[in-house]
Amino acid sequence: MVQPLNYLKESASQTAGPYVHIGCTPNFTGITGVYDKDLGSGPMATEKTRGERITIKGRVIDGSGTPLRDAMIEIWQADADGFYNSPSETRGKADPNFFGWGRCPADMVTGEFYFETIKPGTVPFNDGRPMAPHVTLWIVARGINIGLQTRMYFSDEEEANAKDPVLTRIEHRVRVPTLIGQRDGDIVTFDIHLQGEHETIFFDI
Amino acid sequence: MKNALPETGGFFARNREMHPPAYTPGYKTSVLRAPQRALISLEGTKSEITGPVFGHNIIGEFDNDLIVNYAKPGEMAIGQRIMVHGRVLDERGVGVAGALVEFWQANAGGRYRHKKETYLAAIDPNFGGFGRCITDENGNYAFRTIKPGAYPWPNGVNDWRPAHIHFSIFGHGFAQRLITQMYFEGDPMIAICPIVKTIPDEEAIKRLIAPLDMSNTVPMDMRAYKFDIVLRGRRSTFFENRKEGN
Repeated sequence: MVQPLNYLKESASQTAGPYVHIGCTPNFTGITGVYDKDLGSGPMATEKTRGERITIKGRVIDGSGTPLRDAMIEIWQADADGFYNSPSETRGKADPNFFGWGRCPADMVTGEFYFETIKPGTVPFNDGRPMAPHVTLWIVARGINIGLQTRMYFSDEEEANAKDPVLTRIEHRVRVPTLIGQRDGDIVTFDIHLQGEHETIFFDI
Repeated sequence: MKNALPETGGFFARNREMHPPAYTPGYKTSVLRAPQRALISLEGTKSEITGPVFGHNIIGEFDNDLIVNYAKPGEMAIGQRIMVHGRVLDERGVGVAGALVEFWQANAGGRYRHKKETYLAAIDPNFGGFGRCITDENGNYAFRTIKPGAYPWPNGVNDWRPAHIHFSIFGHGFAQRLITQMYFEGDPMIAICPIVKTIPDEEAIKRLIAPLDMSNTVPMDMRAYKFDIVLRGRRSTFFENRKEGN
């Protein structure tokens, strides 16, 4: 006999379902008067936020090529200097004017999501090597049984991307572009493909 | 060991054998929405072990009272009054303090308040169907609501969802992010639900079924159901974040 470890087990995930908006973005679906505003909605950067303004936009696309019109996307990112606004951030203090988290429901007609934010700085990998600037995304929807975790890197960071400790470990190089948002001026476009030739890389984190 | 902030350890590897796989043809919508390639394994970095923390200032007075938070003054939602309470824990058994918990549900007749909802059951004018709260220092949460109804949905020709409440939970790190559903003890619809059956592990299903809690039931007022939610555990950092030679 040995001592029991006595760890609990994580609660099983269940789909967010078609009505995730009711709980997470009620104003978006027309249920007003309970929450002043939907959590995580609106610009992530205020006038005082440090950093370069960008808008990330994209769609989540199913295996038939159809954009999901009931998905919800959340992003989490570092500030312009690479610090997270989180108690678990021990390297330094993040920009107090940047929360770093946003939530956006896909448009009910076009399926488009967007985040008005700033370009994040460089965050070190666990061994100290720099990771190229990236944002972390979490995608839920009806038909998605467990939230999908991915990252978006930036097309204007070719040199940093080429050395990024996460991107360089991806065996099938042909899939790496699925993690790169395409920058055109202030707009960074990032379509997420759930299936097919361009299926986005999702992580088991 | 206390789950007090800040903690900086990585999370326990997720045991995906008790989570539903992406592709579950019994739940038809998953077929075109399931990634088909293997997930790429990535030990958590700063980008995943950190996460947003929400202050109690976002919470309104009635955010955890679905019986009145959408009702006209002096009126109440129709249905069986219940309290749902429990703890948000992590796999170490430690309460997760300061966790934002959001919940949403159908009304007593099984109807959601949503633009795209077409079920013929009546809308309750006094029921919005959602709320939120932040766990206390021990991970406790509680809210008051009415028991949701079962309802039919387009999947098989005669599929019905058991009564359930949706939960969205933030832990302390973005890698802990979880959405799940709570079911009610004794509901015969649970065993035949295609969404419940996406979970391959019988024990994992049982852990989503809230027992009736007569101890916390308020006499002549409302019954209680107890629902604990477990998020991924976090490694201790006794031997991490130390420079060589320390």
